[in-house]
Amino acid sequence: MLSKRIIPCLDVAGGRVVKGHHFLSLKDQGDPVTLAARYARAGADELVFLDITATPEARRTLITMVGKVAKELFIPFTVGGGVASEADVRRLLRAGADKVSIQTAAVSTPQLVPRAAAAFGSQCVVVAIDALRHQQGWELFTHGGRVATGLDAVEWAQRVEQLGAGELLLTSIDADGSKAGYDLELTRAVADGVRIPVIASGGAGRPEDLVEVFVSGHADAALAASIFHSGRWTVREVKEHLQAAGVAVRPCP
Amino acid sequence: MIGVIDHGAGNLASVGHALDHLGLEWRAVRHPRQLATVDAIIFPGVGAAGAAMSRLRQTGLEQAVLAFLKSGRPYLGICLGLQLLFQASAEDDSPCLSVLEGRVVRLPTAAKLPHVGWNTVELLRPCSLLDGFDGAAFYFTHSYVVDPASPELACARTSHGAPFVSAIEQGPLFGVQFHPERSGEAGLQVLARFARQMAA
Repeated sequence: MLSKRIIPCLDVAGGRVVKGHHFLSLKDQGDPVTLAARYARAGADELVFLDITATPEARRTLITMVGKVAKELFIPFTVGGGVASEADVRRLLRAGADKVSIQTAAVSTPQLVPRAAAAFGSQCVVVAIDALRHQQGWELFTHGGRVATGLDAVEWAQRVEQLGAGELLLTSIDADGSKAGYDLELTRAVADGVRIPVIASGGAGRPEDLVEVFVSGHADAALAASIFHSGRWTVREVKEHLQAAGVAVRPCP
Repeated sequence: MIGVIDHGAGNLASVGHALDHLGLEWRAVRHPRQLATVDAIIFPGVGAAGAAMSRLRQTGLEQAVLAFLKSGRPYLGICLGLQLLFQASAEDDSPCLSVLEGRVVRLPTAAKLPHVGWNTVELLRPCSLLDGFDGAAFYFTHSYVVDPASPELACARTSHGAPFVSAIEQGPLFGVQFHPERSGEAGLQVLARFARQMAA
C-alpha cells in the first residue's frame, strides 16, 4: 500500500535554510546539506528545497547546493524557486534534483508545464500553488505568495493537471507560519478536484495537524518546516502519531 | 565498470551518486563506443519513453545496447529503463527496444496517477536483487507499468489500486519499476547486489 509522505521543507535563501512566517520575516535556520542528511536519516520520505527569494529577485536556484545535497541524499527531493524555463528544469534535474517545482512561470508561461512534462516526464513536474482564502473559494498567488492573479486556485489546479503536472504543492498563505494546522478545506477541495497527488503545505504545528490533513484534507503528502526545524517534534514521533491514527506511513529506519 | 546510460533526460546524477557512495566504478554512456569498456549497464529512470527512444536512435545507442544485451552481460533497467525493454509503450505510442515480449501500459487503477511515493514490494519468486526485501518499501514515481507477455518474468509485484509488476529478472536482465537510487538503504543494497552480478 502506498504510504502517506512526510516531507520536511527547507526554505532556502542565499544558500541557508530559513522559514518564512507569512512569507515575510525570515529567520536563519542552518545549513541545507547538513539538515537534509539529518532528515533523510530520521525517516523523512522526501525533501523539498524552495529558494523563496528566487523569483522576486530574479535569482536562480543554487545549482551548487543541489549538487551537494544530491550527493548526501538517497531519498527524493524537489527543488523550486525561480524555475522559469525548460533549461532551468534540465539544469536542476541534471544537478541531482528528482523533481522541480514551478510556480510563477506556470502562470506567465503555461506551456512550460507540458513542454517540461514531454521532455522529462510528468513525474518530475511539480506545480506549486499558493492560495489565499476569500469569502468564496481561494485565489491563486504567484511570486512566493506576493502577487495576486485573480485566478481561482482550485480551477488553476485542474488546469495544470490537464497541462501535464505530475504533482501539486499546495500552500495556504493564510495558514503558512501560523502553526495552527493546515487549511483542510482548501486541501480537500484541491485533492478531491484533481487526479494527481497533492502535497499539502502551510500550518503544521503539531503531529495532529498532519493526521488531519491526511484524514480530512485527503492530502497525499504533507510538507512541514518549523515543526521539524525547531526540534519540537521528530519525523519518527510524527509518524508514530500517524500510525496510531491509522494512516499508512513508511516505518522509520 | 558500470555504464550508466545517459539519454539526456534520465536522472543520471542520482544513480551516479549512489554508485559513488557504494564505492562502485561507473561511467556515463552517451555514445556506442563508450560501451566497449563496460561490464554492466544501468539504464536510469526519469523521462518519457518517446524522447528517450529517439535519443537512443540518434546516438546509435539503440543498436549498441541491443548488442550488449546479446553478449549476456548484466543490465539493470530502472523505471523507464525497465519499460524500454518491452515492445511498445502506450505513453506517446512509442516503439521500444523489444528485448522482452509485452507492452507498457498506463496503470489500470482508480487511484491517483502518477503513483508517487513509498510502496511495498511482494516477492513472487526468488529474486537475486530483492531476496529478503519482501514487504519492504521502495520509492516509486510513474504512471506506466510493464505488462509482460509471460507472467513468470515478474519476480515482485506492488499494488496501487491494482497490482502491477514491480521487478523482473531473466538471466542477466533485471528491471525494477521503483527507484533504488532514491529508496534509502534498501535501495542502495539493491544496487550493490546488481554490481555483484557483474563479478559473478
